[in-house]
Amino acid sequence: MSRPPVDYIERTRSQYQSLGYPPYQWVENELAPPFVPLSKPLHESRVGLIASGGIYRVGQFAFHFKDDVSYREIDSDTPMSDLRISHFAYDTADARRDPNVVFPLQTLRELAHVSRIRELANKAYTFMGGIYSSRKVRSLLAPALADRMVRDEVDVVVLVPV
Amino acid sequence: MTSALSITRSVNPPRAAFVDFPLGHTAGKAGDKPLQRKIMIDTLSALDSIQVPGDIRHLSYQWSEDDSWKDKVMRPSENTESAEASKQRLDDRLERTNEPQYQSPADRRAAMSAGCPGCVFLESSTA
Repeated sequence: MSRPPVDYIERTRSQYQSLGYPPYQWVENELAPPFVPLSKPLHESRVGLIASGGIYRVGQFAFHFKDDVSYREIDSDTPMSDLRISHFAYDTADARRDPNVVFPLQTLRELAHVSRIRELANKAYTFMGGIYSSRKVRSLLAPALADRMVRDEVDVVVLVPV
Repeated sequence: MTSALSITRSVNPPRAAFVDFPLGHTAGKAGDKPLQRKIMIDTLSALDSIQVPGDIRHLSYQWSEDDSWKDKVMRPSENTESAEASKQRLDDRLERTNEPQYQSPADRRAAMSAGCPGCVFLESSTA
């Protein structure tokens, strides 16, 4: 039987309260989100991929756990076996076994192969989403990644948080 | 894509596809390629067809028959364990430090010799 989704805001609130932590400040955007219709059909689109599950490639530095606002470029033809995960706030066992569950690189490569999308951009981007400063995300990380999307000339972007 | 509906509602992105799985599986189950592919096709279809800004498309996948995993997520319990054990169980996140947290020691050695190609640091690590 299907049950209602977990309300992570409510559970975090009660978890923090029972641990004696100060209340967590959620990002709340009440304005209508910026909405741009697709400029072309997906099978003609270059697709960007950005994931926050702490994915890095062998040879790159892993993420640290204290408001790390760095990001990693990962070539979109990288073998899945070269990908690694470092993240402090979710159970990474399945992601380490099969990075596609948080970083669907191979999934999108295969959809490009059967022309569901025209292509995946040459690079995908990853960071470690356990950043407690939304100010740093807003002022540093998000603009940097948006700029990469513009430079990579993607038509749409798939964002994969955990 | 999202597996945290209430947080996504609060953040209010232009479009979203909601997959009702435990965190850490936003794009599917490990080793289940057909499922991963279906979820991505549905996600792309949501991207293509959502017309109302802020709309969240609920994808129909279910993690397990009884959804019992939902009982265990961040739930305080009412037993009488010690404060330390209770904290450990309620907050199982790892300690937050400035040190890179490698999946394995070999990854650290590889990063030291390769010098981190494709890494972009937006502030000094001591900030």
